[in-house]
Amino acid sequence: MSSDEGQQHPLTIYWIMWTALFVLSGFSYATDFMDPGYVRWSLILILMFVKAGGIVFIFMHMGWERLALKLAILVPPVFIGVLIILMALEADNTFLTRIEFFGDSPMEVETPGHH
Amino acid sequence: MSEAAVSSSGEALDDGAKGFVQDFSSDMQAFHVPWGKAMMWIFLLSDTFIFSCFLVSYMKVRMSTTDPWPYPSEVFALEAFGYNVPLLLIAIMTFILITSSGTMALAVNMGYRKKKKTTFWLMVATAALGASFVGMQAFEWTKLIMEGVRPWENPFGAAQFGSSFFMITGFHGMHVTAGVIYLLVVANRVRTGFYERRGNNYEIVEIAGLYWHFVDLVWVFIFALFYLW
Repeated sequence: MSSDEGQQHPLTIYWIMWTALFVLSGFSYATDFMDPGYVRWSLILILMFVKAGGIVFIFMHMGWERLALKLAILVPPVFIGVLIILMALEADNTFLTRIEFFGDSPMEVETPGHH
Repeated sequence: MSEAAVSSSGEALDDGAKGFVQDFSSDMQAFHVPWGKAMMWIFLLSDTFIFSCFLVSYMKVRMSTTDPWPYPSEVFALEAFGYNVPLLLIAIMTFILITSSGTMALAVNMGYRKKKKTTFWLMVATAALGASFVGMQAFEWTKLIMEGVRPWENPFGAAQFGSSFFMITGFHGMHVTAGVIYLLVVANRVRTGFYERRGNNYEIVEIAGLYWHFVDLVWVFIFALFYLW
């Protein structure tokens, strides 16, 4: 354990980050008034990742940690991408199977095997 | 600006890629941070995977349902001043959580400056904001349950909406509640001088802060993926 004091930074950094989070969240909320589509979805994701990065790197001080800790904590979540791709493929498959067997709206079919 | 790291034989270690190899290759401490901080980061990493599982399964059920997904903008709208404002309460909750993240960051900083009283009050403010967040979430749940939303059905559309909503926000709310208790315990110890007697060391405030910022971080993802999408 290091005896010197850990993460000490000028307060200005926190004020800037805090203000930025407010402004970016305001933008996020504003996307709710846009029409659904690729522009809105991209904006939602971009703002989400910028805010998340700010919280992790500034508020949680990850930006000032050594590379060993950075890589050990930040690399594993990247593999969630694999799960997302697999589940998206599987969801498409389920969706098409439901259309195939239940028609457009499975909820209107009373119970499977009823007819 | 990383903390000065030294090897077990007392030599200074390099930064960057060279330091990364040194940290992992020698028979020594890999993470040059207090052990509590390394453990908190590893816990948060595992928590990241839990929340990812919830959000990915939400994506999966939303993509695979053939019923229309309830439009969150309308489901979570509230009437204010005679207008129907979309996501009003959710937006307020978002700003409350950001505010609490700011007060927490200041508390960590003040802790390292040994300003005991300021640290204590900033932590209490953080916990109070967190508690109000949980209160609003309870209100949101009550409203939706009164409207007939259940984990297995709801009047707005795809049945999976309810189970996703209750699982994701419920698990997050549980984290906020645990965080409020955690912060109050640490804040009380700051007040009574517990850390002062232990070498005047306020690292625990930063570790508690890591947890609190993580709760805010998860909300950023829930807000974007569940409420705005």
